[in-house]
Amino acid sequence: MLQYILRRMLMMIPTIIAISIVTFIIIQLPPGDFLTTLVAGLASQGETVNQDAIVALQERYGLGQPIYVQYWKWISGIFLRGDLGQSFEYNRPVSQLIWDRLGFSAALAISTLLFSWLIAFPIGFYSATHQYTPGDYFFTFLGFIGLAIPEFMLALVLLYVSFKYFGQSVGGLFSPEYVDAAWSFARVGDLLAHLWIPVAIIAVGGTAGLIRITRANLLDELNKPYVVTARAKGLSESRLLTKYPVRVALIPFVSTVGWELPQIISGEAIIAIVLNLPTTGPLLLRALQSEDMYLAGSLIFFVSVLTVIGTLISDIALAYLDPRIRYS
Amino acid sequence: MSRDITRNSSNPPDPDESTATLSPTPAGAAPVPGASGGATAIPDAAGASTAVRPVTPAADETNVYVASQWQLMWWKFRKHKLAMAGGVVALALYAIALFAEFLAPTDPGLVSARYTYAPPQRIHFIDRTDSGISLRPYVYDYRVAIDPQALRRTFVIDETKKIPVRFFAQGTPYKLFGLIPGDRHLIGPVESGRPMYLLGSDRVGQDVLSRLIYGTRISMSIGLIGVFISLILGITLGGISGYYGGRIDNAIQRGIEFLISIPRIPLFLGLAAALPQNWSPLRVYFFTILILSIIGWTGLARVVRGRFLSLREEDFVMAARLDGSSEIRVILRHMVPSFASHIIASLTLAIPGTILAETALSFLGLGLRSPINSWGVLLQEAQNIRAVATAPWLLLPGLAVVAAVLSMNFLGDGLRDAADPYR
Repeated sequence: MLQYILRRMLMMIPTIIAISIVTFIIIQLPPGDFLTTLVAGLASQGETVNQDAIVALQERYGLGQPIYVQYWKWISGIFLRGDLGQSFEYNRPVSQLIWDRLGFSAALAISTLLFSWLIAFPIGFYSATHQYTPGDYFFTFLGFIGLAIPEFMLALVLLYVSFKYFGQSVGGLFSPEYVDAAWSFARVGDLLAHLWIPVAIIAVGGTAGLIRITRANLLDELNKPYVVTARAKGLSESRLLTKYPVRVALIPFVSTVGWELPQIISGEAIIAIVLNLPTTGPLLLRALQSEDMYLAGSLIFFVSVLTVIGTLISDIALAYLDPRIRYS
Repeated sequence: MSRDITRNSSNPPDPDESTATLSPTPAGAAPVPGASGGATAIPDAAGASTAVRPVTPAADETNVYVASQWQLMWWKFRKHKLAMAGGVVALALYAIALFAEFLAPTDPGLVSARYTYAPPQRIHFIDRTDSGISLRPYVYDYRVAIDPQALRRTFVIDETKKIPVRFFAQGTPYKLFGLIPGDRHLIGPVESGRPMYLLGSDRVGQDVLSRLIYGTRISMSIGLIGVFISLILGITLGGISGYYGGRIDNAIQRGIEFLISIPRIPLFLGLAAALPQNWSPLRVYFFTILILSIIGWTGLARVVRGRFLSLREEDFVMAARLDGSSEIRVILRHMVPSFASHIIASLTLAIPGTILAETALSFLGLGLRSPINSWGVLLQEAQNIRAVATAPWLLLPGLAVVAAVLSMNFLGDGLRDAADPYR
């Protein structure tokens, strides 16, 4: 097991390097270099530009040097000094801006994942044990609808309905009085009261897929000879189901995390923009619109790394649950 | 038993044989409408003669054994009611995209400052006047009202004034397919210039229905073109991966896993934000498609690779190779036809993803931009709650997205089931 975990963690290294290269390309994509833009912006506001500061920035980011030198300066800054670069819009180091938001994003993603498990398991179970009944058709249809509606549409409709019929806004993660308050039980309660709306919306797409997988998996198991044998022995139906088939059918819950997590993070980015949540999504959009590339790049980089770490954890959990994986 | 029969009808693989006989799976193994239980042995001559007759599934079960692979698929597909319905809706959407100029009541870019945020009108087909009932369609005119709360000018339907409308009305001139000039629209006001907003108007008084119809063209074509580019990438890389195996396969698979493991929307956003603001709309359109397909090809590549891996071991591929066919010929002539149906099904299932991704990008303002109309661009109008509260009909393009995605999913599901000979 330990060997498996080590091997799996070693495999993460090239992935993270690849992510960092892609991120660096995105940072470099906008035409012109940011320093020129910055100087022009400052000059247009009538501020004098300190020549020493420009030279210092040029040195710090390796501007004017070959691209791989710039890449190395950037990536080594992140890993050796925790320096993510400077956000030019906020005029602060990126590292001061993103951790809170990454935390909220991660909390939202994990809640969404748990929520979709909570919903998908009973429904998938019901659909499989009641195959081709009206209930099964109903949930299958609901699942298709869930897959087809863009998440931001759901959020918009929800905003509209709550505004029109309940006269309140559902945006944000906190009520106004708690936004800047210190952490307390009341604040956590307030967070939970707001959290379920984005969680439910983001979960819709992934849940639909998970229901279909659970149903298919459980159906496969239910037709296996050992189930027939158990039934022939006179085992009660509920005991029969929970003893083996359900356990096997639970495996996809862990194994699908790898593709569900990126999907959740993606959905979260859009929903957060519509519902104005204090997560990475809105900050990323703002950063991209104002070409604040170090901020945008850091966000993309860390969101991706978080996803990869999530996948790693799910892979380890899967290896723990399913011995076939760690020995192959 | 059915295996024996197909062996009879399929000769040893010959490079120029039809796709049906090249199929690795015995065609007769597929369940087919009308074919009941035990199949009876048929003499070869009879089988050959039935092949030329137009085939109906229930008419003659012997047809099953000589039907082409595509025919079997069609029979099976026809049984899938939801998939058929999805197919009809998808075709209708593409027809709307094709004839947008004619179907749209007016030019989508036509700005009318006099009617901003006008609510949707309902068409009345039967006109009840004092002199009796006549079949003249009409809509009600608008009148201006002041919203007492917001103190803002709004439009309400004025039921005292009628605007007669008609089919094939004369309106703004256009060129269908960029070639055929015309000025007739499917429906429009009899007097050109009177207000007719069947789905309401937007912030600057553009007709939402016309924009929606033109948007269908962009959104549906993005799905199609995007998937086409993904197909080229997917077939090439998936094919290389599956055909050569070994180290190349490993490298490509790691690449695919990498692309799948990072969240798409942030990546899309990052790439799309790099498109310069001063590019022409057409250029932005193509680059947006390109961005979507750079990341979207992975699923297809996996399907193709899996098929290649399993087909590589088939006897007919070996036979073709022993016949001295070149690698390219083996791939294109023998292997591709036998999984083309699967590819088509996967393609159909990939279209909705592309449409959704484009909608999301444009909605956030980083994909397509006005004056191009796509469903996402339209939904951008509904981005803030104020606009939605004032004009909830701006959310209607979302229904078009749902309809397109749902129909494509059903269609793709049906095609996939139909393409699988073991179901």
